[in-house]
Amino acid sequence: MRIDHDALVVGAGGAGLWAALELARAGVSTGVLTKLYPTRSHTGAAQGGVCAALGNQEEDHWEWHMFDTVKGGDYLVDQDAAEVLAHEAIETVIELEHMGLPFNRTPDGRIDQRRFGGHTRNFGEAPVKRACFAADRTGHMILQTLYQNCIKAGVRFYDEYHVVDLLFEGGEGGDGGRAAGVVAYRIADGELHTFGAKAVLLATGGNGRMFSITSNAYSLTGDGMALAYRHGIPLEDMEFYQFHPTGIYGIGILLSEAARGEGGTLLNSEGERFMSRYAPKAMELAPRDMVSRAIYLEIRDGRGIGPKKDYVYLDVRHLGRAVIEEKLPDITEFARVYLGVEPLTEPVPIQPTAHYAMGGIPTDLRTRVVRDETNTPVEGLFAAGEAACVSVHGANRLGTNSLVDLLVFGRRAGREMTAYCRAAEAPAIAAAAEEPVRAELEALRTRPEGESPSALKAELATLMMDNVGVFRTAPMMAAAVSGVAAIRERYARVRVRDSGRVFNTDLLEARELGYLIDCAEAMATAAISRTESRGAHSRDDYPERDDVNFLTHSLAYRGEGGPSLRYKPVTITRFEPKPRVY
Amino acid sequence: MQVDLRILRFDPERDAAPHWESYQVDAEPMDRVLNLLHAVKADQDGTLTFRRSCAHGICGSDAMLINGRNRLACKIRVDQLGRKITVAPLTGLPVVKDLVVDMDGFLSKYRSVMPFLIADTPPPERERRQSPVDRARYDDTTKCILCAACTTACPSFWAQPAYVGPAAIVNAHRFIFDSRDDAGDERLEILADKDGVWRCRTIFNCVDACPRGINITRAILEVSRAVVERTV
Repeated sequence: MRIDHDALVVGAGGAGLWAALELARAGVSTGVLTKLYPTRSHTGAAQGGVCAALGNQEEDHWEWHMFDTVKGGDYLVDQDAAEVLAHEAIETVIELEHMGLPFNRTPDGRIDQRRFGGHTRNFGEAPVKRACFAADRTGHMILQTLYQNCIKAGVRFYDEYHVVDLLFEGGEGGDGGRAAGVVAYRIADGELHTFGAKAVLLATGGNGRMFSITSNAYSLTGDGMALAYRHGIPLEDMEFYQFHPTGIYGIGILLSEAARGEGGTLLNSEGERFMSRYAPKAMELAPRDMVSRAIYLEIRDGRGIGPKKDYVYLDVRHLGRAVIEEKLPDITEFARVYLGVEPLTEPVPIQPTAHYAMGGIPTDLRTRVVRDETNTPVEGLFAAGEAACVSVHGANRLGTNSLVDLLVFGRRAGREMTAYCRAAEAPAIAAAAEEPVRAELEALRTRPEGESPSALKAELATLMMDNVGVFRTAPMMAAAVSGVAAIRERYARVRVRDSGRVFNTDLLEARELGYLIDCAEAMATAAISRTESRGAHSRDDYPERDDVNFLTHSLAYRGEGGPSLRYKPVTITRFEPKPRVY
Repeated sequence: MQVDLRILRFDPERDAAPHWESYQVDAEPMDRVLNLLHAVKADQDGTLTFRRSCAHGICGSDAMLINGRNRLACKIRVDQLGRKITVAPLTGLPVVKDLVVDMDGFLSKYRSVMPFLIADTPPPERERRQSPVDRARYDDTTKCILCAACTTACPSFWAQPAYVGPAAIVNAHRFIFDSRDDAGDERLEILADKDGVWRCRTIFNCVDACPRGINITRAILEVSRAVVERTV
């Protein structure tokens, strides 16, 4: 079936929903395609808050937020993008409040704010209350509020339509072609639909399911990144992947940084607040890469807790019942449900958990996807949110800046696409455009024998967790590069066991495994090639940051024998790189 | 431990009617039912079909009938259920396949109560002010994740499928009692309909079913009271 709109939004998390809202309000014919229902998107899992220099609690300035973002990203952040992020965060959060978001309030009725890791006053002096929040379910409130407003604006949703290919006119996306639409698989009945449009937004989120311990939903399989990559568009800065310090031990479910923002501490087996040895000023509110490394080192040096000495404690007992129940209710319940631990009276076992892709589909400040080191746009193709790399997170994202990113750049994408749709002519889609992906899906669905994709996916996740994690060595990364290549080889022969057409999740999970392999390949290759340590990319053989050779963004292009890498310079406007001390 | 897992299966391409299948699954007491479903799908039968995403009780994808009560599969543990576990799709919504139900009717009821803020006054330059007390007034009903566990546990909904159901009323409550909202009367008008709040018989199944701990019956009673006060 063929369906035409002026604009298509792929993914219905925060970035996609805000873009859709802008488009619908402007009267642009828009379709939103999501493989879930919109309110199932992983934006809803974000807990602690969204930073904006409102200054409701104490003096604050967006320039301070910008500086913190740049320093937090270990100076790999494009500073023009960080300026947009920090500056527009303010009006964006205010607009969300106007849309109905139920923020916690100060006694005089303004949006309440709290501390968060790496967010400081006066360029690093001391922590500042910048994170606007709704208990510890800020992301849930953002997702609900945006969905509610999309209903109000009459946005057209295609729920449970799994986008499986991108369409271009006049050549591949990486080769001068222009976006022309997408192919989507309707999960309910297995039918392929061709959607034509002038503008396509990729807002498909992250790829954390390539790791075995992750805070990410099962659905986060890097779909948009992989589809772009398959059409010749590079993936930027894939070696930078954030491990959040406080995942529930053994499972990876996130316990928000808000727990530390409210005063929670981290303890090793000796009952010591070990962060005093790693970040004496910021302590537990140091950026996530530093805290995760500290936990890793404590465990490596024998100060972990438990039978395997492989976790540490997050302790909130001293905060008292009122703070815990009013400001941290959900994460308290997570500890009770998933660990059987009572945070009011017991410390909570935690370990770093794979959390967030700093890298992704390269875009410019206008959210246009760009395809080379001179930022040549791919006409009609846009990206925003975790799927994109603009780059506001550089080598390490600060807490809450994921929400800021998807809101600010989701909004920008909607406005940019509106202007683009008004000026552009509808592209032509070749006849039978869906046939290549139909053939791929049919081969997967009907292959008579082969190995199980779920077992192969588990192998990939263990390989990446063990070798491209918090700490990296050259042999580990080399094992990941060859391991992923071997998994790709075997993937060509996997067998799906459900050959039906109705709601075939077996087939779609196998398809998603292919996307994860693409992302893992780009990540492992970009990681081993970056011979320095910066932000979340930390290796034993090159322990120092190398600004002479690596103050650059990597661009990984897909190739037959594995990815090839190119590099583009970082944009520096206000803040010269300095050593990063907290 | 070994768990005897019984699942109500239905494949519209193969089966004339739903039927029970049994699976023996190795499990730890702290495992959730979702782990068991994944184990069956990975190791025993790849055609087993269910929705899931976040796997920690936030996205609302995996509500199902577990040992006779509506639960999120990712949030109910084996040690809370014992060695015999039965899983079936939510009651009262059309089954698409196995544990997957058609959510369209449920979501159209949600949309029918105007679940979005409507403010008559133009927004100020900064945030609209709201006192902590006013904010607390509707806090409970902001937690809803639209999993449908409440509505599909409600005997009034089973008896009268046109009933708007507890989830829609919860989401109306969230706006009716928000001091920034000006469309409460319109929502109360909608809910004063014969298929609105009066269908509630305060059976409390919804409260038992809600994975977010929302006091749904209280929210419905508050809305009912507001309907009465408006019409008197």
